[in-house]
Amino acid sequence: MHAIREAVLLLSLLCLSVMPAYAQSDAPLQTILQTHADEVAKPGRRSVSVVLDDLDASGLPNVLPFLEAWQEKRIWQREADGVFFLAEEDDDDLNLRDIDTGAEDTALKDGFSQVKPNGGVRRVIATALVKFQLTDPDLDRRSTAVAAIARRPDANQLEPLLASVDREVDAALKARKVQLANFLSARFADSTEDRIAAIESLSSDTSIEARAVLNQILETTSGVAAERPDVNIARILTPGTDLSVADAYAQLVDAELAPAATPSTVIRAALEANITNGSVAGIPTAELDNDAARERAYAALATDGLVPPLVTSSEQSKAADAAVFYEAYKEKDAAITDVAARVLEEVEARVAFAQTVDLGLDALSLASIYFLAAIGLAITFGVMGVINMAHGEFIMMGAYTGYVIQLFVPDYTLSILIALPTAFAITFAAGVTMERLVIRHLYHRPLETLLATFGISIALQQLAKNIFGTQARPLTSPAWLDGAWVISDVIQISYIRIAIFVLALIFLVLILYVLKRTRLGLEVRAVTQNPGMAASMGINPDKINMLTFGLGSGIAGIAGVAIGLYAKVTSEMGADYIVQSFMTVVVGGVGNVWGTLAGASLIGFLQKGIEWFNPSNTLAAQTYMVLFIILFIQFRPKGIVALKGRAAAD
Amino acid sequence: MHKSFIFHNPSVLWFLLALALFTMAVTVLSEAFGVGLVSTSFVKTLGKTLCLCLIAIAMDVVWGYCGILSLGHFAFFGTGGYAIGMWLMYARTEGIVAASLEGQAIPPTPQEISDAIGTQIFGVVGSSEFPAIWAFADSLVLQLLMVVLVPGLLALVFGWLAFRSRVTGVYLSILTQAMTLALSLYLFQNDSGLRGNNGLSGLQNIPGFEDTSQATISMVFFLVSAIALAAGYVLFAWVMSGKMGSVVQGIRDNEARVRFLGYHVESYKLFVFTLTAVIAGIAGALYYPQAGIINPAEIAPIASIYLAVWVAIGGRGRLYGAVIGAAFVSLLSSWFTGGGAPAINLGFYTIQWTDWWLVLLGVSFVCVTLFFPKGIGGLFDYLVRKPS
Repeated sequence: MHAIREAVLLLSLLCLSVMPAYAQSDAPLQTILQTHADEVAKPGRRSVSVVLDDLDASGLPNVLPFLEAWQEKRIWQREADGVFFLAEEDDDDLNLRDIDTGAEDTALKDGFSQVKPNGGVRRVIATALVKFQLTDPDLDRRSTAVAAIARRPDANQLEPLLASVDREVDAALKARKVQLANFLSARFADSTEDRIAAIESLSSDTSIEARAVLNQILETTSGVAAERPDVNIARILTPGTDLSVADAYAQLVDAELAPAATPSTVIRAALEANITNGSVAGIPTAELDNDAARERAYAALATDGLVPPLVTSSEQSKAADAAVFYEAYKEKDAAITDVAARVLEEVEARVAFAQTVDLGLDALSLASIYFLAAIGLAITFGVMGVINMAHGEFIMMGAYTGYVIQLFVPDYTLSILIALPTAFAITFAAGVTMERLVIRHLYHRPLETLLATFGISIALQQLAKNIFGTQARPLTSPAWLDGAWVISDVIQISYIRIAIFVLALIFLVLILYVLKRTRLGLEVRAVTQNPGMAASMGINPDKINMLTFGLGSGIAGIAGVAIGLYAKVTSEMGADYIVQSFMTVVVGGVGNVWGTLAGASLIGFLQKGIEWFNPSNTLAAQTYMVLFIILFIQFRPKGIVALKGRAAAD
Repeated sequence: MHKSFIFHNPSVLWFLLALALFTMAVTVLSEAFGVGLVSTSFVKTLGKTLCLCLIAIAMDVVWGYCGILSLGHFAFFGTGGYAIGMWLMYARTEGIVAASLEGQAIPPTPQEISDAIGTQIFGVVGSSEFPAIWAFADSLVLQLLMVVLVPGLLALVFGWLAFRSRVTGVYLSILTQAMTLALSLYLFQNDSGLRGNNGLSGLQNIPGFEDTSQATISMVFFLVSAIALAAGYVLFAWVMSGKMGSVVQGIRDNEARVRFLGYHVESYKLFVFTLTAVIAGIAGALYYPQAGIINPAEIAPIASIYLAVWVAIGGRGRLYGAVIGAAFVSLLSSWFTGGGAPAINLGFYTIQWTDWWLVLLGVSFVCVTLFFPKGIGGLFDYLVRKPS
């Protein structure tokens, strides 16, 4: 069996080797490969380009699959005659395919050797492949090629990219190609004019990629020289202001422009190494407990030639002042770096504007969270003069309600729709219960209400811990709330935050409607302004108080579901929001929806603003915010929107 | 004058007598000075409790007598603790560093010593520089002055700002809470200069007394705490018994009316607020060497709220009530949370008190507020009234 196969093989080999004319007419690719057989079989990074140029020039359709196979080490060469095949390994056999005709065959692995281009060569092949892929009829392949260029931009991709732009049919990909070509020509184009034109065109592009291109053009290296060197200098550094004298001197030492410095540790080590009979250079060691004595001893050692000379700090700064410290652009052409620097400045101004917008959106979403968390508190405080310390725990209760409902209703959209009213109902009931059992008895003692509700707060918090454990529980948002609305590379906002903003807006409108347009609202406002007079007009303040408290608590429950969607649900989550809620109420003013809105906005924007100044330190941001609020209260003790007239009396 | 004050306040004598008896009993039973029936760790707990009683009477004066529900007095307690803690930590580290540099061939320069101490103390927050606030840390006298000055000044500035803009009632409570929150958040930062959330530690080792046993040290601190409590008690009782006390209580009951009578209400409030803050600082300075460690979590808002809880449960407006509340609740709390209380098996569920203590505390707190506004101290009224 084997013998026959080998005989057939031998025969076919013979045919190939004796009939090159046949190959030339019917196997054009194989012919090209055979002319460069050595380079194809053992390609080097330099020699391979000759082969690639010839392949490119041939314009054959099967060059692309060959290059791919070559890159992926799927080319095998028959040792007997040097013919190349596309081949798949199959145990000891090879499934061969003719490079030109595609005719399939099977052969033993022995007698063939795999062509294994090394990593460098594969990269060169990949670059060559790009050209083919860029004009590939398949859109996906073209996109992949463009993405590959974007990942690893390279000077020789510019040409094929530009060439492919005109033939591109897909509008989006064409735009991307133009953009990418711009990036490439900004960095690699041959003529200065082309590069400057490309750089100029980047000024309207705020994407991270465009900024990266500009930054790469403006890349600098720092250096030091005795005289101002003749390079494209970005800026000259002054020792003492732009860099510390010690660093500057260390650079001088590295550049071998100055002798090594002798910092105190070196002096100390040198002295220790030169102790003779309990003294160094005639100074007893006991006296060496200050820097002046140590320097004197070291200088004495230096005059004896035992240690390198002392370089005092004044000598160091003199040497540093004499030298030129500079940052030089890697790009030699000053015209290009000038334009790039100007364009980068313009781009960054745009980016800063976009960041401000982004920050504003962040602040807006934070403000809506605070509004949701605080509005319930503001209502109860405004109407009843009661501070509810357990408000945070109602928020927590709402969030846990959402969590429990998700355990039973696996569909996230449905479960959130159920959770919102359920959370409202549960916390409404809890609020009414609390009002009936505790708060009703303490109306004339507001400070004690604060303490009693605090007692309820710690009991509820611990209870939640006992039931749900200390670890955070997830409240998963529906899939359509995942992700973010991306306006540009800089401005984006997650859908959950938008949803919370919308929720806050709905509640603002709803509460305003209830308070201003309904009988209940009228009565609530009456009790807020003057409970005694309201009672004499036939309003039952007791009932109003109960309903208001329930309403405030119910809104806290809904806020809890909303907050739980983007933060973790823990037994302590209420405590995280309670102080901010208090601040919102205190800053905004009591008993007025607009006041709460103003307070929430002020605190939200303030917090984001401070975080922007000091992004690494959110703790400091909170500290400063609390300080600001303490000061704010100095100027508007009753908040932004204060009640006027008799209603304002305590 | 003094006689008449004691004569008008027999409860002061009773309190001092009880405190003296208690202190003597503990001394006799202690390991250091007596038969050794009370362990050193329990002596520490008792000593700490006495310090808590001291801040509780301060809280009682500011809340029970003056009507200012301060939810920030633990900020003053903490700053007092930090002030003394800085000296304790510095002096102790200095000793350690001096010992380690002893054997070197060349004596260290002052700069090297201070660098070594700085690295030792601030290594945990990735720094070795001494922040400016540590300028006096090498002097015990100056740091002791800080124990009084820092909380006092903080209270003075804060109180002046708050009272002059007539912030009262719940607003003031929230504002004091904001103050302590701001302070603790600030201290939580690593670059606050006080070792961030690591806090100051090793405070139980008193520099200069390395050879004295902890049993003796804790006993001495216990006695000093008892004396401080007695002194604070007498001071507050005296201040609150005179005309000043009447004005202060008048402010509590009707601030506007006292103002209309011509008194400068703000000054009185500011005085009470600052005085109690200073006493709170002293209490903190005595507490933390016994606790051994202070960190920013100690002055989180919740601590000050617990302080209000103690005073409310003990009974406001009477100093002994505050002492009883603080001692009772804090000792009970450590008994329950320390696993001292036996679990109750209900058959279907076992009540672990470490889990349920806070629920119990919260509920009983609500009950006390609702039904016994006079607190535990109110029970004494029945004792006094019964004979008549």
